[in-house]
Amino acid sequence: MQSPPPASAPSLKARIAASLEDQRVLGYVLMTPALLLILIFIAYPFVLGVWMSLTDKIVGTSGTFIGLGNYDKLFASDIFHTAAWNTVFFTTVATIFKAVLGMWLAVLLNRKFRFANITRATVLLPFIVPTVLSTLAWLWMFDATFSVFNWTLRWLWQVNIDIFGLVLKENWGFFRGPLWLGDPGLAMASVILVNVWRGLPFFAISFLAALQTIPPDLYDAADIDGATGWKKFWHVTLPLIKPVAIVVVVFSIVVTFADFQLVYILTRGGPNNETHLLATLAYQLGMGSGNIGQGAAVALFMLPLLAVVIVFQLWYLRREGVR
Amino acid sequence: MNAMVGETYFRRLLVFYIPLFLFVFAMLFPFFWMLITSLKPDAELYNPRLSPFIVREPTLEHWENLFGTTLFVEWAVNTLWVAAASTAVSLFAGVLAGYAMSRLVFRGSTMFGIMIFVTYLVPPTLLFIPLTGVVTWMGLQDTTWSLIFTYPTFLVPFCTWLLMGYFQTIPKELEECARIDGATRLQAMFKIVIPLAVPGILSAGIFAFTLSWNEFLYALVFIHSPETKTIPVGVTSELIKGDVFFWGSLMAGALLGSVPVAIVYSFFVEHYVSGMTGAVKG
Repeated sequence: MQSPPPASAPSLKARIAASLEDQRVLGYVLMTPALLLILIFIAYPFVLGVWMSLTDKIVGTSGTFIGLGNYDKLFASDIFHTAAWNTVFFTTVATIFKAVLGMWLAVLLNRKFRFANITRATVLLPFIVPTVLSTLAWLWMFDATFSVFNWTLRWLWQVNIDIFGLVLKENWGFFRGPLWLGDPGLAMASVILVNVWRGLPFFAISFLAALQTIPPDLYDAADIDGATGWKKFWHVTLPLIKPVAIVVVVFSIVVTFADFQLVYILTRGGPNNETHLLATLAYQLGMGSGNIGQGAAVALFMLPLLAVVIVFQLWYLRREGVR
Repeated sequence: MNAMVGETYFRRLLVFYIPLFLFVFAMLFPFFWMLITSLKPDAELYNPRLSPFIVREPTLEHWENLFGTTLFVEWAVNTLWVAAASTAVSLFAGVLAGYAMSRLVFRGSTMFGIMIFVTYLVPPTLLFIPLTGVVTWMGLQDTTWSLIFTYPTFLVPFCTWLLMGYFQTIPKELEECARIDGATRLQAMFKIVIPLAVPGILSAGIFAFTLSWNEFLYALVFIHSPETKTIPVGVTSELIKGDVFFWGSLMAGALLGSVPVAIVYSFFVEHYVSGMTGAVKG
């Protein structure tokens, strides 16, 4: 850096000011902070992740290149197959439930009723509070011995026994109820339940925002044509909120597909590694066992689906934009 | 006539009030559950015969335990600091980038737009392993700075996307008038456009704040010392010792960790919702 002659100092300032008036220059200047963050903390880690997945790196070593060795090992492992299948299954089922129930709740909330605003605000709570903390509450609710689900089941059992005249008060608790998180199928169902609980409000409020943009005279016109509730929903409501619905569903698929917290808190992938998702398996291999290369490889398996989603979304946005 | 009114009321009850009540009940029950668990003495918590829905002898012992024996206050301070700082960083980068992409014509702006959108859809779980390497390499591991620099990776794309949409709703003529009066581009941006965009910036900021308050994975992976943890990680790691769950204190911590976001949210419901739906619609 050579020191500029004193006379040119103001002109340098003027030159900077002038070039900032040029939008080709100002554009890059304004983009710089965002681009730097993306390059350092997304683009570079991404390249690094691909490299790591091709090495046998474990904690504390730099690792050597082993080509597709990690991928070969994963394809041969049952745990990986289970995790990949679970991820697809979990995402599909949870998204369907969230979309259907969210639509139902949105239609309910769209009606006029007393306390409508506060009700709308309250149902969003599961979505805004820290997921791990609310999931802890669910973990405690699923507790097989001391908690609500099984207590209610036992109570119903007891009531039934009383009704049938078999007084078995001593056997209160005879019916133990299922171990919600101890059986692979029930554990997956529990994880899906919590995901639906958390994500449903997001669907409902987004759909509600879309519903509120529908002009009421469209319904009046449908009334004149003699359309009933369901018909109005299918032929007026659904087509009009389809653009928002598609974006919400796609967005939710990405988030659900990459979910980590629910399984980490509820089952830690258990019992017997049967409920792992790709993200929790990546964590267990990469952080738990210190097998960084394999963990990175598992995480990268999320990429193909993400790529499909991103391409679809870009195509869809462009089509909508053109129209 | 009366019968018809009765019937419609019955119908309204069946298709509207009952489903709505069930939804609201299901959405709120876990919070009620946190509250009553945190107030029950252990003798009640661990008695399978007592109805779990009521508290017989409320106690504050779990709350005292939370404040007396854990670092909850430190975690709360850390969480607040991380959330505020990463929101500030993201808004700074997001406002500038959003303005550039919605207002200025420069080579590559479309490509930048696609890039921002793609990064918007990259989930933290995809990158956390190599990112741990980057954080260590920068010497940031086990500090709150590691979170302040990495949270913007999912906040900046979202803020930029949202603000781009917001800037487009502000008429260009306002800026053009200011520039005819002799203002530079930067002056027009800071004095005219940004003040008008305050509602959009607020929406983005509130949404970003709650997202960083709630973040779990990066905080779990980058931070190890108990006194540097955030609430979500502190509560889940320090109140569960092996197989022993301190349920009363866990639920007290879960409730208290949720309250700040709920308060922020309740003050800015409209902004939050418009941030959320705006982020989706783009």
